[in-house]
Amino acid sequence: MNRPVYVEMKNICKTFGVIRANRNINLSVTEGEIHALLGENGAGKSTLVNMISGIYTPDSGSIAIHGKPVRIHSPRHAIELGIGMIHQHFKLVDVLSAAENILLAEEGPPLLFRKKATEKIRKVMEKYEMEMDLSKKIEEMAVSEKQNVEILKVLYRGAKILILDEPTAVLTPQETDKLFGILRNLVKKGCAVIIITHKLNEVMAISDRVTVLRQGESVCTLETKNTNIRQLTELMVGKPVDLSIVRCPAEKGKLLLSVHHLSALGEHGVRVLDDISFDLYEGEILGVAGVAGSGQKEICETISGLYPVEKGEILFQGENIVGLTPREIIKRGISMSFIPEDRLGMGLVASMDMIDNMLLKEYVNQPGVSVDRRFAREKAVRVRDRLDIQTPGIGTPIRKLSGGNIQKVLLGREIDAKPSLLITAYPVRGLDIGASYNIYDLLQEQKQKGVGVLYIGEDLDVLLELCDRIMVLCNGKVTGITDSRCITKEGLGLLMAGESITALTEEVTPCKL
Amino acid sequence: MTNTLDFFVLFLKSAVVAGTPLLFAIIGAIYNEKAGNLNLGIEGMMLLGAVAGFQAALSTQNPLASLLSACVFGALGALIYAFLTVTLRTNQVVTGLALTIFGSGMARFWGQNVMGQVLSESFSRYFRPLSFPFLAKIPILGPILSVFLEQDLFVYFGYAIAILSGIYLYNTRWGLNLRAVGGNTAAADASGINITLYKYVHILMGGALCGLGGAYLSVVFVPSWQENITAGRGWIAVALVIFTSWNPYKALWGALLFGGLDIVGFRIQSLNIPVNQYFLRMLPYLATLMVIIIGSIRKSSKHNPPKDLGNAYFREER
Amino acid sequence: MQIVNRSGTSTKQIILIRFIAILAAIVVSSIFIGFLGYNPFTVYQNMLKGSLGSTIRFRATLLEMIPLVVTSLGILIAFKMKFWNIGGEGQILMGAFAASFVALRIDGIPDFLMLPLIFLAGFLMGGLWALIPAYFKARFGANETIMTLMLNYIALQFITYLQFGPWRDPKAMGFPKIANFPDSALLPKLFGIHIGLIISILLVVVVTWFMRNTKKGFEIAVVGESFATARYAGMNVSQVILFAMLLSGGLCGITGVIQTSGVNKTLTMNISSGYGFSAIITTWLSGLKAPMVLLVSFLFAILLQGGSYIQSALQIPQSAADVLQGMILFCILGSEFFVRYKIRFRKKEHPNNGGVSP
Repeated sequence: MNRPVYVEMKNICKTFGVIRANRNINLSVTEGEIHALLGENGAGKSTLVNMISGIYTPDSGSIAIHGKPVRIHSPRHAIELGIGMIHQHFKLVDVLSAAENILLAEEGPPLLFRKKATEKIRKVMEKYEMEMDLSKKIEEMAVSEKQNVEILKVLYRGAKILILDEPTAVLTPQETDKLFGILRNLVKKGCAVIIITHKLNEVMAISDRVTVLRQGESVCTLETKNTNIRQLTELMVGKPVDLSIVRCPAEKGKLLLSVHHLSALGEHGVRVLDDISFDLYEGEILGVAGVAGSGQKEICETISGLYPVEKGEILFQGENIVGLTPREIIKRGISMSFIPEDRLGMGLVASMDMIDNMLLKEYVNQPGVSVDRRFAREKAVRVRDRLDIQTPGIGTPIRKLSGGNIQKVLLGREIDAKPSLLITAYPVRGLDIGASYNIYDLLQEQKQKGVGVLYIGEDLDVLLELCDRIMVLCNGKVTGITDSRCITKEGLGLLMAGESITALTEEVTPCKL
Repeated sequence: MTNTLDFFVLFLKSAVVAGTPLLFAIIGAIYNEKAGNLNLGIEGMMLLGAVAGFQAALSTQNPLASLLSACVFGALGALIYAFLTVTLRTNQVVTGLALTIFGSGMARFWGQNVMGQVLSESFSRYFRPLSFPFLAKIPILGPILSVFLEQDLFVYFGYAIAILSGIYLYNTRWGLNLRAVGGNTAAADASGINITLYKYVHILMGGALCGLGGAYLSVVFVPSWQENITAGRGWIAVALVIFTSWNPYKALWGALLFGGLDIVGFRIQSLNIPVNQYFLRMLPYLATLMVIIIGSIRKSSKHNPPKDLGNAYFREER
Repeated sequence: MQIVNRSGTSTKQIILIRFIAILAAIVVSSIFIGFLGYNPFTVYQNMLKGSLGSTIRFRATLLEMIPLVVTSLGILIAFKMKFWNIGGEGQILMGAFAASFVALRIDGIPDFLMLPLIFLAGFLMGGLWALIPAYFKARFGANETIMTLMLNYIALQFITYLQFGPWRDPKAMGFPKIANFPDSALLPKLFGIHIGLIISILLVVVVTWFMRNTKKGFEIAVVGESFATARYAGMNVSQVILFAMLLSGGLCGITGVIQTSGVNKTLTMNISSGYGFSAIITTWLSGLKAPMVLLVSFLFAILLQGGSYIQSALQIPQSAADVLQGMILFCILGSEFFVRYKIRFRKKEHPNNGGVSP
């Protein structure tokens, strides 16, 4: 532990309005170390690293980089100090190539000679043993490629301190392994890496030390080899919790939804859904796994009548609903609820209050030309009480609520409609552990009522624990549908990467049929 | 035969002239939009430049003073817009409209006492078209070249601005950074680009160019003062930015095409062809309408607007 | 210095900020007027005198207010949907055209039917004119701002053509004007003001109710917020856009009817006289709330009427009032920032608290 200290943060405080995002946080990171920042959503991890990368400035406290006290006032300043931030939502310009993105904001003679510049980038790639097509446009890249561009970009600019915000959220297990390989290589060459995550097994797998944050405070810093998942969980949540989901027994009912050879086209004629077939029964949760953008969104939207179908059938209790608009689907008495991924951009109206958001699905059934807000008001009160939604009042615009409460408004409205099919896309994204488990409970409750649930998820552990069956997508194709007890996480990862289920070994599919 | 050729050369020459105010305005608008700002105040800035350039020309008789004053007042209009949209994050659409309302009011107000006045011969000679008699001797290529070369110096300035803007956008670091600002503001910010500075500088540059476009109308094209001298050219320019897919080189052709439409009525009348003059005057507007409609029908990934066009940016948003 | 989102802004604060904005607008205007070499107070006094000083002047102010109110209501519906309709001018002209067509070109309309018919015609024509950009926006996502604006110029050339060409009144002794409306097509007067005033107030009530309490009004608000949400809720987005723009253009068309039938008694190419643009300002200043449109339009009418008065009284060109309009709009636009954000001034940090120079 006598290696030089790269980052030293002491007593950092930061408030946003009334929210105290960081309180007296301490953090120290040394050369050659992979340091994990662990905490729930809202624990203050992002706020903390955004202060190292110059996006926010702390209200009080001190930061020292390479032993020198500094006040980092802009991202540019952070870069000059050798700090490179890789954001969870990549900060890349889609229409530019990888090389152009890497060259952004670089000092130098005004005229840009692409060849010379590319040469320089190549050298950095060689040094850190990375590979990539520099002339490829970002919009044409896969997620893991984009991430590599981000990493190369900060290395090119001389970063010695790399910060990665939830880097594995969008990767398959195999891609995650590759990333970890790159990171280990980096610290060998004298870098320090801070990795933000809430996935405990990844902390155990990659980090040398871990700092746990809770409710804006740093709880403690531990040597990873001296701790375990159970202890970390307790530190993170603040009390002993059981992090396993108890899957309630499935009573598979009648066939509810049957999708046959469904195909759909995307923006530039690319096939986003390619010959998809699956069944969903009453009283089961069917999970959908896949790398982001594998067709999850399109499956949800074609079933809900929001996305045009190229060919194929969607049979709801035997009736083909392809080509029907959402309103026609409702008119046929089909009760289906869809919780879209983009809550404020699609499921709810951000500037309206809870009452009007309840009205959104309801108004059309009211007689006459005028809207009656009385029922919507009752419903808003009912949903608020049932799901314990924290809001100043049902007349408050919902964009002022927290992420978890916004999700509850959406989920509450949809469940209140008593659907027989519930489609949920990433329902726990952005929620903390407590709120997430609330949502899982709600979904299981629906399942026990006989509702068929289609659950689009990204956390493979949760998918395995929560769902009865899992369907895996890759590039718009189904690569496998399996009982969730009959596959491991690695197996899912291989399917997500495009392997066919028949090609999997017994090791990853313990009870393969 | 030679008669028709002469007619076409003459027509194209005046199309280049009529397109020049558009050229400046289109490139001005491109700078705005590449910086992520949809500026609907182009018309207002053109009018500010037109009146400022004309007044300076009248009082100083100096062409440089006239151009400079047009630049400065175009940029001042842009400064108001930039302060409101960048620093105070107001709605870009409404702020741009307000700038147009303000600019046209200002132009009407300031131009009132010089209404109908004509610039002196001694001033106008600075902007007389160059002539290259030897071009006439070259077959085919000669007349074509004469269309572009036998023009006044202001037009040459326009060519230079278009080409330099192209080089600036596609071959310099600043241009690359600027494209990133409009393409993904948050990404540009995270890379360490000073967003506010880039936005201000390019909105102001755009304003100065629009001012020049306006001044070309009042100082060279017309050249006397009349109310609402731009007659919607600023708006046409906003539409042509889409038509030229945010590319300054293509702006040259867009300007030429619409310059041609602008004067086609006048030319046809001179040939005594009986066409309704009101319809002919509608032509540039109708064509712009068509450009917008056709442009929206055949959308392709290559010709999309900057992604963050029209979005206010606030770093500490959460 | 640091800028932070306001977590909540009370109505009191909003009113205070607006008040300061208006004050700032007055200060900026005063500087401008002082710069012209006049005493701002004399100018303001004269503007008030010219707009409210006598019954006749007050009436003239109300006459300015009427077209502003009706046009603003039209613009409001479009803006609520975030459809930037700046084609009010063209829609007014086309509404006026349709009214004139009915009044002048169709024979044998019974007197009692004349007014209802010209209103209907004006509404439909203004609406149809707005449907052109609405269709292409809904179908292909074309930029409505430029389309609506181009249609202004096209409408203007069309009316100019009528005025100088086929509709020119042969009895006007060579003067290019269109014939006057028959008496049956003129708006009746009440207390010296044509009943357009009553119509405009009624329309404020109707539009307020429409936006607050009807399904269509609700749909327009949702579409304005997000197309995806609207589609998700089962709304037919294209249909909502078309319907809203029919109303928006229709209301502007009604302005055209009122101005031809109540004020000019004929169709001229100047009939819209900038109301389509001024209404954009009044609509925005009203915060997209229909009842506020009435108040803002009244204040604006004072500015317009007062502006033309100071021209004769103090020889200040009327276009000075145009400049003032722009400045006021800038101030109020800028004030919205302070409604949404607050600025915190940070104390200078102690040098020992980590102060590396940038």
